[in-house]
Amino acid sequence: MFELLGIPPQALFGQIMLGLINGAFYAMLSLGLAVIFGLLNIINFAHGALYMVGAFTAWFLLQYLGIGYWGALLLAPILVGAFGVVIERTMLRHLYKLDHLYGLLLTFGLALVIQGLFQNKFGSSGQPYAIPSVLQGGQNLGFMFFPNYRAWVVVASLGMCLATWYVIERTKLGSYLRAATENPTLVQAFGINVPRMIMLTYGFGVGLAAFAGVLAAPIYQVSPLMGADLIIVVFAVVVIGGMGSILGSIITGFTLGIVEGLTKVFYPEASNIVIFVIMAIVLLLKPAGLFGRTA
Amino acid sequence: MALKRKLMLSAALALAFTAGAAQAEISGDVIKIGVLNDRSGLYADLAGEGSVIAARMAVEDFGAADKGINVEILSADHQNKPDVGSNITRQWIDVDGVDVIADVPTSSVALAVNEIVRQKNKAFLNSGAGSSDLTGKACSPNTVHWTYDTWALANGTGKAVVQTGGDTWFFLTADYAFGHALERDTTAVVEESGGQVLGSVRHPLSTADFSSFLLQAQASGAKVIGLANAGGDTTNAIKQAAEFGIVQAGQSLAGLLVFLTDVHALGLQTAQGLVLTESFYWDLNDKTREWSERFAELNGGKYPTMVHAGVYASVLHYLKAAEATQSDDGTTVVTKMKEIPTDDPLFGQGEIRQDGRKIHDMYLFQVKAPEESKSPYDYYNLRATIPAAEAFRPIEEGECPLVQG
Repeated sequence: MFELLGIPPQALFGQIMLGLINGAFYAMLSLGLAVIFGLLNIINFAHGALYMVGAFTAWFLLQYLGIGYWGALLLAPILVGAFGVVIERTMLRHLYKLDHLYGLLLTFGLALVIQGLFQNKFGSSGQPYAIPSVLQGGQNLGFMFFPNYRAWVVVASLGMCLATWYVIERTKLGSYLRAATENPTLVQAFGINVPRMIMLTYGFGVGLAAFAGVLAAPIYQVSPLMGADLIIVVFAVVVIGGMGSILGSIITGFTLGIVEGLTKVFYPEASNIVIFVIMAIVLLLKPAGLFGRTA
Repeated sequence: MALKRKLMLSAALALAFTAGAAQAEISGDVIKIGVLNDRSGLYADLAGEGSVIAARMAVEDFGAADKGINVEILSADHQNKPDVGSNITRQWIDVDGVDVIADVPTSSVALAVNEIVRQKNKAFLNSGAGSSDLTGKACSPNTVHWTYDTWALANGTGKAVVQTGGDTWFFLTADYAFGHALERDTTAVVEESGGQVLGSVRHPLSTADFSSFLLQAQASGAKVIGLANAGGDTTNAIKQAAEFGIVQAGQSLAGLLVFLTDVHALGLQTAQGLVLTESFYWDLNDKTREWSERFAELNGGKYPTMVHAGVYASVLHYLKAAEATQSDDGTTVVTKMKEIPTDDPLFGQGEIRQDGRKIHDMYLFQVKAPEESKSPYDYYNLRATIPAAEAFRPIEEGECPLVQG
């Protein structure tokens, strides 16, 4: 059963496609983390919890305001992003001058609090969220049945990742952002409001997590634990890609999704540790990560 | 760090000051019940705080306070980890003077607790765990396995599915003691009924994405995909199977262990038509309805699962035996529990066998379609009652060393 040749190529294609879909989530979440770490120097452990809040916001919007999936896809990132701005303004900004560890501890604590509150209110089994009617059903690709919704997830996530990369690496706004992280005082001297820019960046990173949360809502149960399960893997992805490297986190996200998918075929019992094994190997060989710049 | 412990004194404490030094044989003059389960993970809804509420209701309904028996209830989160569960159990018994451990879902944890309780001669009332080994190879004179087990699930759902034409199977199995036991017991039933098992894949406990495993199940060409897992794993697998058009393509899903909370989480739209085996449902008769409504009121409107019911009934029966023996010694009380017939509003009349297996009817339910459901939690239609005598593994087949062949 573990022989490569023992697996028909069709099944292999199917698994690679599935890996790509999971990779899309890894990429989007690790992208948010990379942006926040790269520009704010904060290791945002609350990212998983905010992803969960994004999914729950979609559920709230539907349940109480009758706003469907597409509305939620737009509104949830804005609402959760605004919540992120509040976190940044009231708590995180006091930590920028301190060691990384403080930011990590604060956001980790925040994650536990948010998760605990949701769990207390909603329990652990989660809430159902239906796939929007336009995207129900799927295509028979011959080698597998490909749900339309998952295809949309890959497209949306790729689009979002590339747009983010473009804005940060190729536009003027992005160049300000990058300059501000290198030398905030100098950038401020040019008349640019650096604290506001940092605040909005955090809000944007959090919004990305919420966007991923809304995308995930119809696939998984909308449950308070959905972020906690994912965040550890996503951190491993960021570490493998190189902390703060935007392109690195996108490419690593998709690649590791595929690696994990293939592990599920050849040795399923190891599927939830394979990423950490890779992380250990990468750290031994290239401590700054695959795409990271050595400090 | 994660030892979240709440101390809950029953109303009996008020009497403790007036009752004086009665019950010399009850250690410390108090019966301490430790409810140990998952309070934060994928099984927290089907057990969790609800089990603590159920235990408290049992103490009240037994009338411990009026009878001058002091009962104290503790609770903790074992996080589905055998090492965490073992540590808590040892601390409870060695330091806190706990006499009874109740609930303990997650078979890997339950098997570990089973051994500790036996060594320390306390009592273990298991409701949440499934592995039939608890009354088989690992049976203990200190353990009662109350609510269900993997053999009973296989015998209920497995048999029913094979009889309606589902004769080739592929398993999605949670990779730990419970999943393995469930797969083993169901395989036996399928093969005995003339069916065939084409393969299986083992997924880690608490998996979010099942699509890869589902695709393997689809490729196997089996008519039935057996879900040998529980809680959040089962709901995620069912939800994603719908997404991948598995059922439309002609394969059917058999959720071997599905709880009321899982159906609630899935919603009837997705869960309708599922066949499942349980030993308790709130809407069985007047007594179960009355109890469940009381329970729901205390549990934020959420109705009880069979695990909650099992905690209630097992604690109630334990207290009866403790009263009769005036003792909280492990084997003494458990032996008494086996002697006196069981009788409670939730499971009716029954008995506890020599191997620790509680015997009662099991029920085969089918999940209603959304339009059939008249009120919240109105989820099941009763398809068949499996009489107590047939519902559990015959005692001589269990390889329990306590049973003299």
